[in-house]
Order: sequence, then C-alpha cells, then structure tokens
Amino acid sequence: MKLLNNIRSGIDKISVENLKGKVTAIKDAIPVPEKKEKKEKPKKAEKSADKDKKEEIPDGFIKCPSCSAVIDKKDLGALKICPKCAKLFRMNAKDRVKAIADKGSFDEFDINMESVNPLDFPDYEVKIKSLQEKTGLKDAVKTGRCTIGGRPCVLGVMDSGFMMGSLGSVVGEKLTRAFEYATENKLPVIIFTCSGGARMQEGIISLMQMAKVSAAAAKHSDAGLLYVTVLTDPTTGGVTASYAMLGDIILSEPKTLIGFAGRRVIEGTIKQKLPDDFQTSEFLLEHGFIDAIVERESLPGVLADILKLHNVEKAGEA
Amino acid sequence: MPAYDKVKIARKVSRPTALDYINHIFDDFIELHGDRGFRDDSAIVGGIAMLGDTPVTVIGVQKGKTMEENIKRNFGQPHPEGYRKTLRLMKQAEKFRRPIINFINTSGAYPGVGAEERGQGEAIARNLMEMIDLRVPTISIVIGEGGSGGALALAVTDRVWMLENSVYAVLSPEGFASILWKDAKRAKEAADVMKITAEDLYDLGVVEKVIKEVDGGAQNDFGFTANLIKSKLETELAELTAKDTDTLLSERYDRFRRFGEFKE
Ligand SMILES: [Zn+2]
Repeated sequence: MKLLNNIRSGIDKISVENLKGKVTAIKDAIPVPEKKEKKEKPKKAEKSADKDKKEEIPDGFIKCPSCSAVIDKKDLGALKICPKCAKLFRMNAKDRVKAIADKGSFDEFDINMESVNPLDFPDYEVKIKSLQEKTGLKDAVKTGRCTIGGRPCVLGVMDSGFMMGSLGSVVGEKLTRAFEYATENKLPVIIFTCSGGARMQEGIISLMQMAKVSAAAAKHSDAGLLYVTVLTDPTTGGVTASYAMLGDIILSEPKTLIGFAGRRVIEGTIKQKLPDDFQTSEFLLEHGFIDAIVERESLPGVLADILKLHNVEKAGEA
Repeated sequence: MPAYDKVKIARKVSRPTALDYINHIFDDFIELHGDRGFRDDSAIVGGIAMLGDTPVTVIGVQKGKTMEENIKRNFGQPHPEGYRKTLRLMKQAEKFRRPIINFINTSGAYPGVGAEERGQGEAIARNLMEMIDLRVPTISIVIGEGGSGGALALAVTDRVWMLENSVYAVLSPEGFASILWKDAKRAKEAADVMKITAEDLYDLGVVEKVIKEVDGGAQNDFGFTANLIKSKLETELAELTAKDTDTLLSERYDRFRRFGEFKE
C-alpha cells in the first residue's frame, strides 16, 4: 500500500506539474494585459499609482521594457518600434492590418460575430462585454480579403489585447471561414498569430477549435493553395499546437515568444532555470521550426514577394 | 457522482492501461517502434493487430502501474517523437487500408526542454492536420485522462468515445482553479464547471459513445469494459468501413466543423 501511495503521489506530482504548464499557458489567456501594456493604458495607470514606489510615467508616454527609456507613444510610430533600441511592441490587429494590407484594400469578414457562453461559464459574458467596450473589438481576430503588393489574399490577424488572443469559438469560426473562403476562391491565406492559447472559459469547445481550424487548413492545402503564418509575440499553447505551425511557410518577427508549454511549467518540471533565448523566434529558427525571421518593416515586401513566387497574379491582371 | 471523483478514478494507478486493452481486445499484436527521425518514445505504444478477422492499427498513450514503469513511460506524457511515431503508424495504416484505433490516456504532452526543442507544438499540429485526411476509418477512445492538445493529437477521428469514468479537458481542474480563483485546491469546483466528464461531453456532442464501467471503475472488472469496447469496435468499424472514403472524410470534416457557438 505504501508503495502504491508513493506511486500515486509520483503520478499526482507529475500531473500537477503538467497542469501547471497548462496553467501558465492559459494564464496568458486571462484578460490581464502584460505589465508593459498596463502602462500603456490610463485605466491601469491609476492602479499602479496606489502601488507607491512605481515610477510615474506621464500620460501618453511609455517605458520601454527593453531599454527602459521613457518614450512618447507617438514616437513608436505606426509599426510600434522603440526609437531607442528597436524593440518591437505588440501591435493590435487594426494597426497590423494597416501595416500589411495595401491601403484601403482590406474587406473585413464576419464583422459582427461575437462570443456566446457555450458552457454557461460564470461571468464570461460580462468579461467579453467589458473587453469589447475597452478594445473596440468583438473578439480576438480580424479576418478579411485584401491585397498585398497588389496581390490578393485572405488575411487573418489575431489581437493579444482581447483576452490574450485566446482561441475560442469566434476566433476558431472566423479563421475556419477564412480558410473556406480562400479555398473556394483559390486564394492564399496569411495569418498573423498571437495568442496565449486556449480560451479556458470555453473549455473543451476551445480545444475543438484547434481541430476545426486545422481541418480547414488541410482542405485549403489539399487544394494546392498557399498558407503563410507569421508568428508574433506571443504565440503559445493551443495556437502553436495547431494552425500557427501549419504554414507552408512560417515566418516570425525577431525576439518573439513562441512555444507550446509555458516557461514556468517547464521550469517547474525540470527544476531549473531556462536560458533567456528559450522559445524565442531565434531559438525556433535554430531548431528548424520556422523558415525565416523577418524585420517588422520588411514584412509587407516579403509577403508580397512570397505571393509573387507562388504565381498569385496581381488583382485585375489575372 | 461529482466530476472530481471521476478525475480521481481516471487517474488511478490501478486503472487499466492502453496495453491492457490492446492485449485483451486484439490478437497477434505486433508492436512497432520509433518515429524514424529521432528515437522511440515509450509513452506511446503502437502496432498492428487483428480485431477478429480484420487487421487494424492500434495506438495508445501508455502509463505505467509501477514507479519504474512510469519512469519508462514518462507518466504517459509523450514527446514530439511520440506523436511523430503515431503519425508514421497512421500513415502506414492508410497505405495498407487498415482502420485505426487510438487509446488515449495522458495528462498532456510533456512540457520539457527537449520537447520544445523538437517542436511539441508542431508535432501535435501536424497530427491534427493529417488525421482529418486519413483515408481509413478512425476511432479514438479516452480510457483515463484526456489532457488538452496532447490528447486531441490522437482524437481527430471519425468517432470519439469515452469510458464512463474518464475525463477529457482543455486543462486539468487544478490548473483551471489556480488560474480562475488563484487556488488549485478548488479543483473540485473547477471540475464541476468545466464539463469534463464523459456524460457532459456526450451532451455537448464532443463524444459519440460513453462506455460503461462497473462500480468504482474499470479496474474492478477489466474484462467487462474491455469486452464492451471490443463489441462496439466491431460494430462501428463494420459501419465505417462500409462508407465510401469521400463520405467518410466529409463526415469527419463536418464532425469537427460544427464545434463552436457564437452569434452574429
Ligand atoms: Zn527600447
């Protein structure tokens, strides 16, 4: 019996540790913006004010988490890059679409789709509603048709500002429809991923979205069509374990967090600290899991070239 | 029974493992090893066997019943090469037109350094994408824990069944509770709201069948559950095999396509 108990506690330990991994992955899915973003938002600034000793950052300014310079947000520019050290700040979906799609070409799909509460999860609707008001988004992805360098494609852009870009029914359905539209219209698909992983409030239904989107990606691929993913910070958990890693070509921005299990979970499992570059885009490039790291300002040009190399004709010239 | 009691039964060290079922249900099982890329992952077992008169491919996530076994099996937490082994065996099954049966029992894919270096996310993703297109009938059965993406990587099948006291979830109740309420001790409550039991998942349409166990769990009468699985597999495979392949594949696509609730 004692032996049995030992075994059992061994198992419990392991499974709890494993859980922790998921906890970490999912933690990112909770709608608590990261520290650096906290400073971006005036509402959160009040909160940090009662934590005395916190440095006062004037309104409209932001402290760069990389070089610590206090920067006028306007100086980050449209691409949200630190003018002092070139750190890439996270871009929201709206800014990203603007940076990638040809001006005025983005025709958004499913603008009004929003979450319901499939598992009757306590307070989920309230959370969604307040985030919608705060972000102006309905959920964590924008999809649509556009041109890049004049060449047509279907574009999906996830937004980490909405529940950490977590994968719920709306994200899953919009991406699936985007693939299906692209398959029907023989168009390439480009997805910018950024996500903490599954949306825990939707439980198993969230998990099923991984299979659903991957299935639509498979059909699109079977039709001989091009799929490109651009992994942006952070791409983790269930999104990494599904459509993020299924591109014919997988690109990423520099110094992007990309992984399956959360860093803390892994550290808890192996009982040691992980190196700083673990699960960065540079790490994935070295291990053979992404094709190239592309600077943010070069992305539109590189994507246009990739479309060209796959014989995607310029709109109106086909 | 409270959901968390099922979690406890699902995790019981005495609970019958994938190999227990494989050895009982099938004849002439020949285990096949390795992913042909890196190494053999002992957390995954797989091979070819006869189900009655039909050759099939069987795959399982294997937990141990002793500490020694569990170390060897990595507590049923596969590495990427384990998932790549399953994909190799499933593609092999497709080539030789064998139906595929997967036994799922994992708390999740292993969170470790090597696992990340070798692309745990990519390995799971690849399975999801490839399994939807396999041109043979596929059935998966959750026999204990069905933990997150690590379980889904074997469950993109025509039919997904669960044993009565198994659970299938996006993360563990402990993990869920510690995120939501910052208190892993409230796992019981979490288990109730998460909808992770076979019954709940049947109601949600996530699984097609719930397979009975005797009181207290399958370990109390292993033959009872194993025989039930066997007869259900025989019936179901006969039905699935009778379908033409395109119908099979389009029904499989629709099976996963319908998940999700939203308004617009
Ligand atoms: Zn800086």
